[in-house]
Amino acid sequence: MTLLRADDLSVRHPDGHDLVRGLSFAVEAGARLGLVGESGSGKSLTALAVMGLLPAGMTAAGGVVLGGTQVVGASGRTLDRVRGRSASMVFQEPLTALDPLMRVGRQVAGPIRRRRGLRGGALRAAVMDALSEVRLPERVAGAYPHEISGGQRQRVAIAMALACEPELLIADEPTTALDVTVQAEVLTLLDGLVAGRGMALLFISHDLAVVADVADRIVVLKEGSAVESGRTRDVVREPRHPYTRSLVDSAWALEGELDRLAP
Amino acid sequence: MTGTRAGAPESSGANGGAGGGDVPVLEASRAGFSYRGGRPVLEDVSVSVTAGRNVALVGESGAGKTTLLRLLLGLARPSTGRILFDGAELAPRDRAFRRAVQPVFQDPYSSLDPRQRVGRIVSEPLRSLGLPAAGSRAARRAEAAERAAEALESVGLPADAARRYPHEFSGGQRQRIAIARAVVCGPRVLLADEPVSALDVSTRVRVVELLAELGRSRGLTLVVVSHDLSVVAALCPEAVVVESGRVVESGPTERVLGSPAHPYTRRLVESVPRLSRAARLR
Repeated sequence: MTLLRADDLSVRHPDGHDLVRGLSFAVEAGARLGLVGESGSGKSLTALAVMGLLPAGMTAAGGVVLGGTQVVGASGRTLDRVRGRSASMVFQEPLTALDPLMRVGRQVAGPIRRRRGLRGGALRAAVMDALSEVRLPERVAGAYPHEISGGQRQRVAIAMALACEPELLIADEPTTALDVTVQAEVLTLLDGLVAGRGMALLFISHDLAVVADVADRIVVLKEGSAVESGRTRDVVREPRHPYTRSLVDSAWALEGELDRLAP
Repeated sequence: MTGTRAGAPESSGANGGAGGGDVPVLEASRAGFSYRGGRPVLEDVSVSVTAGRNVALVGESGAGKTTLLRLLLGLARPSTGRILFDGAELAPRDRAFRRAVQPVFQDPYSSLDPRQRVGRIVSEPLRSLGLPAAGSRAARRAEAAERAAEALESVGLPADAARRYPHEFSGGQRQRIAIARAVVCGPRVLLADEPVSALDVSTRVRVVELLAELGRSRGLTLVVVSHDLSVVAALCPEAVVVESGRVVESGPTERVLGSPAHPYTRRLVESVPRLSRAARLR
Protein backbone atom coordinates (compact mmCIF):
# COMPACT_ATOMS: atom_id res chain seq x y z
CA MET A 1 0.00 0.00 0.00
CA THR A 2 1.30 3.42 -0.88
CA LEU A 3 1.03 5.81 2.08
CA LEU A 4 2.43 8.83 0.38
CA ARG A 5 2.80 9.65 -3.26
CA ALA A 6 4.21 12.90 -4.55
CA ASP A 7 3.58 13.33 -8.23
CA ASP A 8 5.28 16.12 -10.16
CA LEU A 9 5.23 18.26 -7.00
CA SER A 10 6.35 21.88 -7.30
CA VAL A 11 6.52 24.60 -4.66
CA ARG A 12 6.37 28.16 -5.87
CA HIS A 13 7.71 31.22 -4.06
CA PRO A 14 5.44 34.31 -4.09
CA ASP A 15 7.93 35.99 -6.47
CA GLY A 16 7.11 33.33 -9.06
CA HIS A 17 10.12 31.06 -9.15
CA ASP A 18 9.92 27.41 -8.21
CA LEU A 19 11.84 26.26 -5.15
CA VAL A 20 10.84 22.63 -5.70
CA ARG A 21 10.41 21.41 -9.28
CA GLY A 22 8.66 18.33 -10.62
CA LEU A 23 9.43 16.06 -7.69
CA SER A 24 7.95 12.55 -7.65
CA PHE A 25 8.44 9.84 -5.05
CA ALA A 26 6.41 7.31 -3.10
CA VAL A 27 6.57 5.83 0.37
CA GLU A 28 5.01 2.40 0.91
CA ALA A 29 3.68 1.25 4.27
CA GLY A 30 6.59 0.40 6.57
CA ALA A 31 9.20 1.72 4.10
CA ARG A 32 11.95 4.23 4.84
CA LEU A 33 12.80 6.94 2.38
CA GLY A 34 15.53 9.54 2.84
CA LEU A 35 15.63 12.99 1.24
CA VAL A 36 19.21 14.21 0.99
CA GLY A 37 20.56 17.53 -0.19
CA GLU A 38 22.47 20.64 0.80
CA SER A 39 20.96 23.82 2.19
CA GLY A 40 18.43 25.36 -0.16
CA SER A 41 17.79 22.12 -2.03
CA GLY A 42 14.08 22.10 -1.08
CA LYS A 43 14.12 19.22 1.42
CA SER A 44 12.14 20.96 4.15
CA LEU A 45 9.71 22.62 1.75
CA THR A 46 8.91 19.19 0.36
CA ALA A 47 8.10 17.92 3.86
CA LEU A 48 5.95 20.96 4.59
CA ALA A 49 4.11 20.59 1.28
CA VAL A 50 3.35 16.97 2.15
CA MET A 51 1.76 18.04 5.41
CA GLY A 52 -0.03 21.03 3.83
CA LEU A 53 2.03 23.34 6.06
CA LEU A 54 3.77 25.59 3.52
CA PRO A 55 4.52 29.11 4.80
CA ALA A 56 2.08 31.84 3.75
CA GLY A 57 2.53 32.86 0.12
CA MET A 58 4.16 29.61 -0.98
CA THR A 59 1.97 27.47 -3.21
CA ALA A 60 2.18 23.81 -4.12
CA ALA A 61 1.30 22.45 -7.55
CA GLY A 62 1.09 18.89 -8.76
CA GLY A 63 -0.11 16.07 -6.58
CA VAL A 64 0.55 14.84 -3.07
CA VAL A 65 -1.64 11.95 -2.00
CA LEU A 66 -1.25 11.19 1.70
CA GLY A 67 -3.27 8.34 3.19
CA GLY A 68 -5.61 8.45 0.19
CA THR A 69 -6.26 12.19 0.46
CA GLN A 70 -5.11 14.78 -2.07
CA VAL A 71 -3.21 17.32 0.06
CA VAL A 72 -2.50 19.97 -2.59
CA GLY A 73 -5.35 22.45 -2.54
CA ALA A 74 -7.16 20.66 0.29
CA SER A 75 -9.17 22.58 2.90
CA GLY A 76 -8.08 22.87 6.52
CA ARG A 77 -10.77 20.41 7.60
CA THR A 78 -9.66 17.81 5.12
CA LEU A 79 -6.04 18.26 6.19
CA ASP A 80 -6.98 17.86 9.85
CA ARG A 81 -8.19 14.35 9.06
CA VAL A 82 -4.85 13.24 7.63
CA ARG A 83 -2.43 15.18 9.82
CA GLY A 84 -1.51 13.12 12.83
CA ARG A 85 -3.30 9.97 11.63
CA SER A 86 -1.65 9.40 8.28
CA ALA A 87 1.50 11.34 9.02
CA SER A 88 3.05 13.41 11.77
CA MET A 89 6.23 15.34 11.85
CA VAL A 90 9.33 15.94 13.96
CA PHE A 91 11.13 19.20 13.24
CA GLN A 92 14.78 20.17 13.41
CA GLU A 93 14.72 22.57 16.31
CA PRO A 94 12.76 21.23 19.29
CA LEU A 95 13.03 24.51 21.16
CA THR A 96 10.89 26.28 18.58
CA ALA A 97 8.66 23.25 17.95
CA LEU A 98 7.53 23.18 21.59
CA ASP A 99 5.44 25.82 23.35
CA PRO A 100 7.79 27.56 25.79
CA LEU A 101 4.97 28.49 28.17
CA MET A 102 3.39 25.07 28.54
CA ARG A 103 4.63 22.22 30.70
CA VAL A 104 5.84 19.22 28.73
CA GLY A 105 3.13 16.90 30.08
CA ARG A 106 0.33 19.11 28.80
CA GLN A 107 1.95 19.41 25.39
CA VAL A 108 2.24 15.65 25.06
CA ALA A 109 -1.35 15.28 26.32
CA GLY A 110 -2.72 17.50 23.54
CA PRO A 111 -2.41 15.10 20.61
CA ILE A 112 -3.26 12.04 22.78
CA ARG A 113 -6.52 13.64 23.90
CA ARG A 114 -7.47 14.57 20.38
CA ARG A 115 -6.55 11.30 18.81
CA ARG A 116 -7.70 8.85 21.46
CA GLY A 117 -10.30 10.90 23.31
CA LEU A 118 -8.80 10.19 26.73
CA ARG A 119 -9.45 12.32 29.82
CA GLY A 120 -8.35 12.56 33.45
CA GLY A 121 -6.43 9.66 34.92
CA ALA A 122 -6.39 7.65 31.71
CA LEU A 123 -4.91 10.63 29.85
CA ARG A 124 -2.27 11.11 32.54
CA ALA A 125 -1.33 7.45 32.35
CA ALA A 126 -1.11 7.64 28.55
CA VAL A 127 1.20 10.68 28.81
CA MET A 128 3.48 8.78 31.19
CA ASP A 129 3.49 5.82 28.79
CA ALA A 130 4.36 8.11 25.89
CA LEU A 131 7.25 9.65 27.85
CA SER A 132 8.61 6.30 28.96
CA GLU A 133 8.45 5.07 25.40
CA VAL A 134 10.97 7.75 24.43
CA ARG A 135 13.00 6.94 27.57
CA LEU A 136 12.15 10.09 29.48
CA PRO A 137 11.65 10.04 33.25
CA GLU A 138 8.20 10.97 34.63
CA ARG A 139 9.41 14.20 36.18
CA VAL A 140 9.94 15.66 32.69
CA ALA A 141 6.14 15.97 32.44
CA GLY A 142 6.21 18.78 35.01
CA ALA A 143 9.08 20.68 33.36
CA TYR A 144 9.00 23.54 30.88
CA PRO A 145 10.93 23.04 27.62
CA HIS A 146 13.74 25.38 28.69
CA GLU A 147 14.35 23.30 31.80
CA ILE A 148 15.34 20.15 29.91
CA SER A 149 18.22 19.41 27.55
CA GLY A 150 18.10 19.57 23.76
CA GLY A 151 18.07 15.80 23.45
CA GLN A 152 15.24 15.53 25.97
CA ARG A 153 13.27 18.19 24.08
CA GLN A 154 13.63 16.26 20.84
CA ARG A 155 12.42 13.12 22.64
CA VAL A 156 9.35 15.09 23.76
CA ALA A 157 8.71 16.18 20.16
CA ILE A 158 9.03 12.55 19.05
CA ALA A 159 6.61 11.44 21.78
CA MET A 160 4.09 14.01 20.55
CA ALA A 161 4.47 12.91 16.94
CA LEU A 162 4.03 9.25 17.91
CA ALA A 163 1.07 9.97 20.19
CA CYS A 164 -1.15 10.19 17.11
CA GLU A 165 -0.09 6.69 16.05
CA PRO A 166 0.72 7.84 12.51
CA GLU A 167 1.34 5.45 9.67
CA LEU A 168 4.14 7.68 8.43
CA LEU A 169 6.61 9.69 10.48
CA ILE A 170 8.25 12.64 8.75
CA ALA A 171 11.50 13.62 10.45
CA ASP A 172 13.10 16.84 9.15
CA GLU A 173 16.74 16.97 10.28
CA PRO A 174 15.66 15.58 13.67
CA THR A 175 19.17 15.35 15.09
CA THR A 176 20.98 18.22 13.38
CA ALA A 177 20.63 20.54 16.38
CA LEU A 178 21.93 17.90 18.78
CA ASP A 179 25.40 17.00 19.99
CA VAL A 180 26.91 13.97 18.34
CA THR A 181 26.53 11.60 21.29
CA VAL A 182 22.93 12.73 21.80
CA GLN A 183 22.33 12.40 18.07
CA ALA A 184 23.42 8.76 18.24
CA GLU A 185 21.01 8.10 21.12
CA VAL A 186 18.06 9.80 19.43
CA LEU A 187 18.72 8.01 16.13
CA THR A 188 18.80 4.65 17.88
CA LEU A 189 15.57 5.50 19.67
CA LEU A 190 13.87 6.64 16.48
CA ASP A 191 15.04 3.55 14.63
CA GLY A 192 13.64 1.26 17.32
CA LEU A 193 10.31 3.07 17.54
CA VAL A 194 9.76 3.12 13.79
CA ALA A 195 10.66 -0.56 13.51
CA GLY A 196 8.59 -1.53 16.58
CA ARG A 197 5.45 0.11 15.25
CA GLY A 198 5.97 -0.87 11.65
CA MET A 199 5.71 2.82 10.72
CA ALA A 200 6.92 4.26 7.46
CA LEU A 201 9.59 6.96 7.68
CA LEU A 202 10.40 9.96 5.53
CA PHE A 203 13.78 11.08 6.81
CA ILE A 204 15.28 14.39 5.75
CA SER A 205 18.93 15.22 6.31
CA HIS A 206 21.94 16.97 4.86
CA ASP A 207 24.15 14.28 6.40
CA LEU A 208 24.66 11.38 4.04
CA ALA A 209 26.14 9.17 6.74
CA VAL A 210 23.05 9.64 8.92
CA VAL A 211 20.63 8.93 6.07
CA ALA A 212 22.62 5.89 4.99
CA ASP A 213 22.17 4.53 8.48
CA VAL A 214 18.40 5.03 8.54
CA ALA A 215 16.83 4.95 5.07
CA ASP A 216 16.52 2.04 2.62
CA ARG A 217 15.95 4.28 -0.37
CA ILE A 218 17.03 7.86 -1.00
CA VAL A 219 16.20 10.78 -3.22
CA VAL A 220 19.03 13.25 -3.82
CA LEU A 221 17.82 16.82 -4.22
CA LYS A 222 19.67 19.70 -5.79
CA GLU A 223 18.17 23.17 -6.16
CA GLY A 224 14.65 21.81 -5.88
CA SER A 225 14.92 18.90 -8.28
CA ALA A 226 15.63 15.22 -7.76
CA VAL A 227 18.92 14.39 -9.48
CA GLU A 228 19.05 10.75 -8.48
CA SER A 229 17.04 8.21 -6.53
CA GLY A 230 17.20 4.55 -5.72
CA ARG A 231 18.31 2.08 -3.09
CA THR A 232 20.60 3.82 -0.59
CA ARG A 233 23.24 1.16 -1.11
CA ASP A 234 23.32 1.62 -4.86
CA VAL A 235 23.23 5.40 -4.82
CA VAL A 236 26.01 5.75 -2.25
CA ARG A 237 28.17 2.94 -3.60
CA GLU A 238 27.73 3.82 -7.27
CA PRO A 239 26.40 7.32 -7.72
CA ARG A 240 25.48 8.03 -11.32
CA HIS A 241 24.79 11.77 -11.30
CA PRO A 242 27.85 14.05 -11.00
CA TYR A 243 26.23 16.00 -8.17
CA THR A 244 25.56 12.85 -6.15
CA ARG A 245 29.10 11.77 -6.84
CA SER A 246 30.49 15.07 -5.50
CA LEU A 247 28.30 14.77 -2.42
CA VAL A 248 29.40 11.20 -1.76
CA ASP A 249 33.06 12.03 -2.47
CA SER A 250 32.98 14.98 -0.06
CA ALA A 251 31.44 12.83 2.65
CA TRP A 252 34.07 10.14 2.15
CA ALA A 253 36.87 12.71 1.97
CA LEU A 254 36.09 14.17 5.38
CA GLU A 255 35.32 10.86 6.95
CA GLY A 256 38.44 9.28 5.49
CA GLU A 257 40.60 11.33 7.83
CA LEU A 258 38.75 9.96 10.84
CA ASP A 259 38.60 6.42 9.46
CA ARG A 260 42.36 6.57 9.03
CA LEU A 261 42.94 7.41 12.72
CA ALA A 262 40.08 5.47 14.26
CA PRO A 263 38.95 2.68 11.95
CA MET B 1 53.52 19.28 22.70
CA THR B 2 50.06 20.06 23.74
CA GLY B 3 48.96 18.60 26.93
CA THR B 4 47.69 18.84 30.45
CA ARG B 5 50.51 19.85 32.65
CA ALA B 6 50.59 20.10 36.37
CA GLY B 7 52.57 23.28 36.76
CA ALA B 8 53.10 26.43 34.79
CA PRO B 9 56.52 26.36 33.17
CA GLU B 10 58.42 29.44 34.25
CA SER B 11 60.40 29.57 31.06
CA SER B 12 62.03 32.74 29.87
CA GLY B 13 59.92 34.67 27.42
CA ALA B 14 61.62 34.06 24.11
CA ASN B 15 59.76 36.64 22.13
CA GLY B 16 58.69 36.67 18.54
CA GLY B 17 59.88 34.42 15.75
CA ALA B 18 57.65 32.06 13.87
CA GLY B 19 59.93 29.19 14.90
CA GLY B 20 59.07 29.51 18.58
CA GLY B 21 61.34 26.67 19.68
CA ASP B 22 60.08 24.94 22.79
CA VAL B 23 58.23 27.89 24.25
CA PRO B 24 54.52 27.58 23.47
CA VAL B 25 53.16 30.48 21.45
CA LEU B 26 50.00 30.41 23.48
CA GLU B 27 49.27 28.57 26.66
CA ALA B 28 46.52 28.18 29.22
CA SER B 29 48.08 27.19 32.49
CA ARG B 30 45.66 25.71 35.04
CA ALA B 31 43.12 28.22 33.85
CA GLY B 32 39.64 28.43 35.33
CA PHE B 33 36.72 30.64 34.50
CA SER B 34 33.40 31.32 36.15
CA TYR B 35 30.78 33.98 35.71
CA ARG B 36 30.09 35.97 38.85
CA GLY B 37 28.30 33.81 41.41
CA GLY B 38 28.09 30.90 38.96
CA ARG B 39 29.74 27.55 39.08
CA PRO B 40 32.94 27.25 37.06
CA VAL B 41 32.63 27.03 33.28
CA LEU B 42 36.25 25.93 33.10
CA GLU B 43 38.37 24.35 35.80
CA ASP B 44 42.09 23.77 35.92
CA VAL B 45 42.55 23.69 32.16
CA SER B 46 46.07 23.49 30.77
CA VAL B 47 46.58 23.63 27.03
CA SER B 48 49.66 24.69 25.14
CA VAL B 49 49.98 25.65 21.52
CA THR B 50 53.36 25.06 19.93
CA ALA B 51 54.25 26.73 16.65
CA GLY B 52 53.44 24.49 13.71
CA ARG B 53 51.30 22.00 15.66
CA ASN B 54 47.61 22.68 15.07
CA VAL B 55 45.48 22.01 18.13
CA ALA B 56 41.83 20.96 18.22
CA LEU B 57 39.57 21.67 21.17
CA VAL B 58 36.96 18.95 21.05
CA GLY B 59 33.79 18.58 23.05
CA GLU B 60 30.05 19.03 23.04
CA SER B 61 27.89 22.10 23.56
CA GLY B 62 28.32 23.63 26.98
CA ALA B 63 31.67 21.94 27.57
CA GLY B 64 33.50 25.28 27.70
CA LYS B 65 35.36 25.14 24.37
CA THR B 66 34.33 28.61 23.29
CA THR B 67 35.07 30.06 26.72
CA LEU B 68 38.56 28.57 26.53
CA LEU B 69 39.01 30.14 23.11
CA ARG B 70 37.86 33.50 24.50
CA LEU B 71 40.50 33.25 27.24
CA LEU B 72 43.18 32.46 24.67
CA LEU B 73 42.04 35.44 22.59
CA GLY B 74 42.19 37.76 25.57
CA LEU B 75 38.46 38.49 25.28
CA ALA B 76 37.92 37.24 28.84
CA ARG B 77 40.27 36.97 31.80
CA PRO B 78 40.69 33.68 33.61
CA SER B 79 39.26 33.61 37.16
CA THR B 80 42.13 31.35 38.21
CA GLY B 81 45.36 30.34 36.53
CA ARG B 82 47.10 32.15 33.71
CA ILE B 83 47.14 32.63 29.97
CA LEU B 84 50.61 32.99 28.50
CA PHE B 85 51.64 34.44 25.15
CA ASP B 86 55.23 33.68 24.12
CA GLY B 87 55.85 32.60 27.68
CA ALA B 88 54.72 35.84 29.32
CA GLU B 89 51.39 36.71 30.88
CA LEU B 90 48.94 37.75 28.18
CA ALA B 91 48.20 41.45 27.86
CA PRO B 92 45.06 41.62 25.70
CA ARG B 93 45.73 45.17 24.51
CA ASP B 94 49.30 44.48 23.53
CA ARG B 95 49.56 45.10 19.78
CA ALA B 96 52.14 42.40 19.25
CA PHE B 97 49.67 39.90 20.72
CA ARG B 98 46.71 41.16 18.72
CA ARG B 99 48.71 41.03 15.58
CA ALA B 100 50.00 37.53 16.27
CA VAL B 101 46.71 35.92 17.30
CA GLN B 102 43.59 36.36 15.18
CA PRO B 103 40.09 34.86 15.39
CA VAL B 104 37.78 33.23 12.83
CA PHE B 105 34.20 32.82 13.97
CA GLN B 106 31.60 30.16 13.28
CA ASP B 107 28.88 31.98 11.41
CA PRO B 108 30.02 33.90 8.34
CA TYR B 109 26.54 35.42 8.10
CA SER B 110 26.85 37.32 11.37
CA SER B 111 30.59 37.93 11.61
CA LEU B 112 30.84 40.25 8.57
CA ASP B 113 29.40 43.77 8.66
CA PRO B 114 26.72 43.77 5.91
CA ARG B 115 27.15 47.50 5.25
CA GLN B 116 30.86 47.45 4.53
CA ARG B 117 32.57 46.44 1.36
CA VAL B 118 34.67 43.31 1.56
CA GLY B 119 37.91 45.24 1.01
CA ARG B 120 37.22 47.37 4.05
CA ILE B 121 36.19 44.37 6.16
CA VAL B 122 39.37 42.51 5.29
CA SER B 123 41.67 45.47 5.98
CA GLU B 124 40.02 46.29 9.33
CA PRO B 125 42.69 44.51 11.45
CA LEU B 126 45.34 46.66 9.74
CA ARG B 127 43.52 49.86 10.73
CA SER B 128 42.90 48.75 14.29
CA LEU B 129 46.53 47.74 14.67
CA GLY B 130 47.82 50.94 13.08
CA LEU B 131 49.46 49.10 10.17
CA PRO B 132 51.34 49.93 8.08
CA ALA B 133 52.93 52.40 10.48
CA ALA B 134 55.03 54.44 8.06
CA GLY B 135 54.29 56.59 5.04
CA SER B 136 51.80 59.24 4.02
CA ARG B 137 48.11 58.67 4.54
CA ALA B 138 47.55 57.87 0.89
CA ALA B 139 50.55 55.53 0.77
CA ARG B 140 49.33 53.72 3.89
CA ARG B 141 45.89 53.36 2.41
CA ALA B 142 47.27 51.97 -0.84
CA GLU B 143 49.47 49.56 1.10
CA ALA B 144 46.46 48.37 3.15
CA ALA B 145 44.40 47.82 -0.01
CA GLU B 146 47.26 45.86 -1.51
CA ARG B 147 47.56 43.63 1.54
CA ALA B 148 43.79 43.08 1.59
CA ALA B 149 43.89 42.10 -2.09
CA GLU B 150 46.74 39.71 -1.38
CA ALA B 151 44.81 38.17 1.55
CA LEU B 152 41.70 37.74 -0.62
CA GLU B 153 43.77 36.11 -3.31
CA SER B 154 45.34 33.74 -0.79
CA VAL B 155 41.89 32.43 0.18
CA GLY B 156 40.94 31.91 -3.45
CA LEU B 157 38.57 34.83 -3.98
CA PRO B 158 38.53 36.87 -7.19
CA ALA B 159 40.26 40.26 -7.27
CA ASP B 160 36.98 42.19 -7.65
CA ALA B 161 35.69 40.72 -4.36
CA ALA B 162 37.07 43.74 -2.47
CA ARG B 163 34.53 46.08 -4.08
CA ARG B 164 31.52 43.91 -3.31
CA TYR B 165 29.35 43.41 -0.20
CA PRO B 166 29.10 40.26 1.96
CA HIS B 167 25.53 39.43 0.86
CA GLU B 168 26.81 38.89 -2.69
CA PHE B 169 28.74 35.84 -1.53
CA SER B 170 27.78 32.29 -0.60
CA GLY B 171 28.37 30.86 2.89
CA GLY B 172 31.66 29.24 1.92
CA GLN B 173 32.91 32.42 0.24
CA ARG B 174 31.95 34.46 3.29
CA GLN B 175 33.95 32.15 5.48
CA ARG B 176 36.87 32.71 3.09
CA ILE B 177 36.41 36.47 3.58
CA ALA B 178 36.51 35.95 7.36
CA ILE B 179 39.70 33.94 6.96
CA ALA B 180 41.23 36.62 4.71
CA ARG B 181 40.49 39.19 7.41
CA ALA B 182 42.18 36.98 10.00
CA VAL B 183 45.39 36.49 7.98
CA VAL B 184 45.77 40.02 6.58
CA CYS B 185 48.03 41.23 9.39
CA GLY B 186 50.32 38.19 9.16
CA PRO B 187 49.41 36.42 12.42
CA ARG B 188 51.20 33.37 13.80
CA VAL B 189 48.11 31.77 15.34
CA LEU B 190 44.50 31.53 14.12
CA LEU B 191 41.85 30.73 16.69
CA ALA B 192 38.89 29.34 14.80
CA ASP B 193 35.60 28.58 16.53
CA GLU B 194 33.70 25.92 14.55
CA PRO B 195 35.00 27.44 11.29
CA VAL B 196 33.18 25.02 8.97
CA SER B 197 30.14 23.79 10.86
CA ALA B 198 27.78 26.28 9.18
CA LEU B 199 28.85 25.07 5.73
CA ASP B 200 27.52 22.36 3.39
CA VAL B 201 29.65 19.27 3.07
CA SER B 202 31.36 19.97 -0.25
CA THR B 203 32.11 23.56 0.81
CA ARG B 204 33.30 22.25 4.15
CA VAL B 205 35.88 20.02 2.48
CA ARG B 206 37.23 22.95 0.46
CA VAL B 207 37.47 25.32 3.44
CA VAL B 208 39.25 22.63 5.48
CA GLU B 209 41.73 22.26 2.60
CA LEU B 210 42.18 26.04 2.50
CA LEU B 211 42.92 26.20 6.25
CA ALA B 212 45.44 23.38 5.94
CA GLU B 213 47.09 25.10 2.97
CA LEU B 214 47.26 28.49 4.71
CA GLY B 215 48.80 26.81 7.72
CA ARG B 216 51.60 25.47 5.55
CA SER B 217 52.15 28.47 3.29
CA ARG B 218 51.97 31.18 5.95
CA GLY B 219 53.47 29.36 8.89
CA LEU B 220 50.22 29.66 10.78
CA THR B 221 49.30 27.51 13.72
CA LEU B 222 45.60 26.78 14.04
CA VAL B 223 43.64 26.34 17.21
CA VAL B 224 40.32 24.91 16.09
CA VAL B 225 37.23 24.45 18.19
CA SER B 226 35.16 21.76 16.56
CA HIS B 227 32.61 19.15 17.36
CA ASP B 228 33.33 17.50 14.02
CA LEU B 229 35.97 14.83 14.58
CA SER B 230 36.61 14.43 10.85
CA VAL B 231 37.65 18.08 10.66
CA VAL B 232 39.83 17.58 13.71
CA ALA B 233 41.47 14.52 12.18
CA ALA B 234 42.08 16.39 8.92
CA LEU B 235 43.57 19.56 10.40
CA CYS B 236 45.07 19.00 13.82
CA PRO B 237 47.92 16.76 14.95
CA GLU B 238 47.05 17.62 18.57
CA ALA B 239 43.69 17.25 20.27
CA VAL B 240 42.31 18.30 23.63
CA VAL B 241 39.00 16.79 24.73
CA VAL B 242 36.94 18.98 27.02
CA GLU B 243 33.95 17.75 29.00
CA SER B 244 32.02 19.89 31.49
CA GLY B 245 34.79 22.46 31.76
CA ARG B 246 37.63 20.02 32.31
CA VAL B 247 40.23 18.49 30.04
CA VAL B 248 39.57 14.76 30.10
CA GLU B 249 42.17 13.74 27.55
CA SER B 250 44.81 15.36 25.37
CA GLY B 251 47.75 14.53 23.18
CA PRO B 252 48.46 13.54 19.59
CA THR B 253 45.13 13.29 17.70
CA GLU B 254 46.20 9.92 16.38
CA ARG B 255 46.25 8.54 19.90
CA VAL B 256 43.34 10.52 21.34
CA LEU B 257 40.92 9.54 18.57
CA GLY B 258 42.59 6.30 17.51
CA SER B 259 42.86 4.71 20.93
CA PRO B 260 40.93 6.93 23.32
CA ALA B 261 41.69 6.33 26.98
CA HIS B 262 38.78 8.23 28.50
CA PRO B 263 35.24 6.79 28.26
CA TYR B 264 33.87 10.15 27.13
CA THR B 265 36.32 10.36 24.23
CA ARG B 266 35.46 6.79 23.31
CA ARG B 267 31.74 7.61 23.28
CA LEU B 268 32.40 10.71 21.19
CA VAL B 269 34.34 8.74 18.58
CA GLU B 270 31.75 5.94 18.56
CA SER B 271 28.88 8.37 18.04
CA VAL B 272 30.13 9.99 14.83
CA PRO B 273 27.84 8.95 11.97
CA ARG B 274 30.02 7.34 9.33
CA LEU B 275 29.40 5.99 5.89
CA SER B 276 31.86 3.21 6.65
CA ARG B 277 29.54 1.96 9.37
CA ALA B 278 26.14 2.88 7.92
CA ALA B 279 23.58 0.13 8.43
CA ARG B 280 22.00 0.44 4.96
CA LEU B 281 25.30 0.17 3.12
CA ARG B 282 26.19 -3.22 4.48
